[in-house]
Amino acid sequence: MRFRGRARKFGDHIDTDAILPGRYLTDWNRDPKSLGRHCFADFDPGFSSRVNPGDILVAGWNFGCGSSRQAAAAALKAAGISCLVAKSFARIFFRNAINIGLPAVECPDLVEEATEGDLLEVAVDEGLLVNVSTGHRYSAGAFPPVVLEILRQGGLVSYVRARLQAAER
Amino acid sequence: MGMTITAKILAKAAGREHVCPGELIIARVSKVICHDVSLAAFRELERMRATRVFDPERIAVTYDHFIPSPSVEAAEQSRALREYLTAYKIRRVYEVGRGGICHVVFPEQGFVLPGEVVVGSDSHTCTYGALGAVALGVGSADAAAAMALGEIWLRVPETVRVELIGQPRAPVGGKDVILSLLGRIGTSGALYKAIEFTGEGVGALEMADRFTICNMAAEAGCKNAIIAPDEITAAFLNEIGAGEGEVFASDEEASYADSHTIDCGTLAPLVACPPSPANVVPAQKLRGVRIDQAVIGSCTNGRLADLRVAARILKGRKVSAGVRLLVIPGSQATYLAALREGLLEAMAEAGALICPPTCGPCFGGHMGLLAEGEAAISTTNRNFIGRMGSPRAEIYLASPATVAASAVAGEIRDPREVLDG
Repeated sequence: MRFRGRARKFGDHIDTDAILPGRYLTDWNRDPKSLGRHCFADFDPGFSSRVNPGDILVAGWNFGCGSSRQAAAAALKAAGISCLVAKSFARIFFRNAINIGLPAVECPDLVEEATEGDLLEVAVDEGLLVNVSTGHRYSAGAFPPVVLEILRQGGLVSYVRARLQAAER
Repeated sequence: MGMTITAKILAKAAGREHVCPGELIIARVSKVICHDVSLAAFRELERMRATRVFDPERIAVTYDHFIPSPSVEAAEQSRALREYLTAYKIRRVYEVGRGGICHVVFPEQGFVLPGEVVVGSDSHTCTYGALGAVALGVGSADAAAAMALGEIWLRVPETVRVELIGQPRAPVGGKDVILSLLGRIGTSGALYKAIEFTGEGVGALEMADRFTICNMAAEAGCKNAIIAPDEITAAFLNEIGAGEGEVFASDEEASYADSHTIDCGTLAPLVACPPSPANVVPAQKLRGVRIDQAVIGSCTNGRLADLRVAARILKGRKVSAGVRLLVIPGSQATYLAALREGLLEAMAEAGALICPPTCGPCFGGHMGLLAEGEAAISTTNRNFIGRMGSPRAEIYLASPATVAASAVAGEIRDPREVLDG
């Protein structure tokens, strides 16, 4: 899994209410793609029209803190974000991102040095990141095998579906 | 090597003698809890092509977020959920008017027992740690996977030990204890870790305080919060007619990632200022901060003990002319008990609006949102920008005593001043 896109930079402790306000939660999972236009609705109203498909979200410490709403991760994906890089992620948000097939990589050094619009490359399997704009390379810890497997299958739904089908056979 | 209570419960759920922090395990799930927004999890379950759940008796569902339905969309959400519950043969369902807010109603009904691993599609699922269970908030796909497979992958967390000493002096309570911790360690102070509350001070805390403390420990980023069961836990379970569960305790030689001590006896009423639950100052320092709305309720502070504290302050007093006070009992049972005790009458006479059990205003869903430029003081758990309505409204978080006292004063007030005055 490799991603290449422009950095969209955010600060520390961005909470899930900022990513997707609670008023958009009603049956959000019937059509998760429709959440894209509400991403950062109050916090950064221009975000969804500014972001380009494939962009990489770059954030500070504890990104996604607050509620367990998977809709927050789904909104970022629906807005076009291909991969997340942060100094750290809130734990439920981290699981939610992985579970919908949106890689969430912790790499404080890259975040510290990257600026808005930098061209980034992320090789998820190897845990290698490159800021093409500055030429700097970074390494992040490798994901555990189960996380990589969930990402490879495109998320937890496909992962469990495959397991249930295998069990039936 | 010694294990913490969290490690012991996870080891048992993984069918292992011993586990170490950092290890990845597959844990058997004892219980799964859901609410109306968990419709998202059932949509995932269907996409997983799961034809049944691992055990319908081990799944409980309540309607609490968008109830009573504030919109046609919300009504459709609840209707769609009812259809899934029928299809998956889930019968432990708490309808509107017979249940309440998940983290108030499930422990009240004896659904969670000591020693269990509980997974819930709500970030405050850690509340059940007050019963000595490992309870984890997860998102919809994780909740669906737990319902389909009866298991969850987890990394065994390190534990932050919080020793409580002394006894809080009323009206200081559980909310002030957890706000004190948040002020000290911040909103990522326990990221990915367990928080274990221990020490003689725990023995001085009633279950309501323990639920409040474990509930809002979520705001420190923890994976789970936990208190080892004792006589108070046993008495609570006995009173509600629940089983005893399995009691675990940390080994004396267990190792901890970090350690803190809180002297509950010296705590003053505290308030978390916008926009962070960790932005904590003594209530006294905020004297003069005007408020437009006050909210008493939620999964953090919507229990009978909380309403008793608030009613004691409000009885014979009046809510300030410029303030709207919403009182939201956390469950139907709490509502009834408060009604019979005369608490609701005392608060309604003071000028409070008594609302049905709902999460509505806490998460900015409905039933009392804030306008631009307004300020609220609330017993809820989050004061992020926009959490209760307008992104240009301000939210202060405090105990039921502090919120009741502030509602009377029309500005933020240390409840000791109102009680003494």
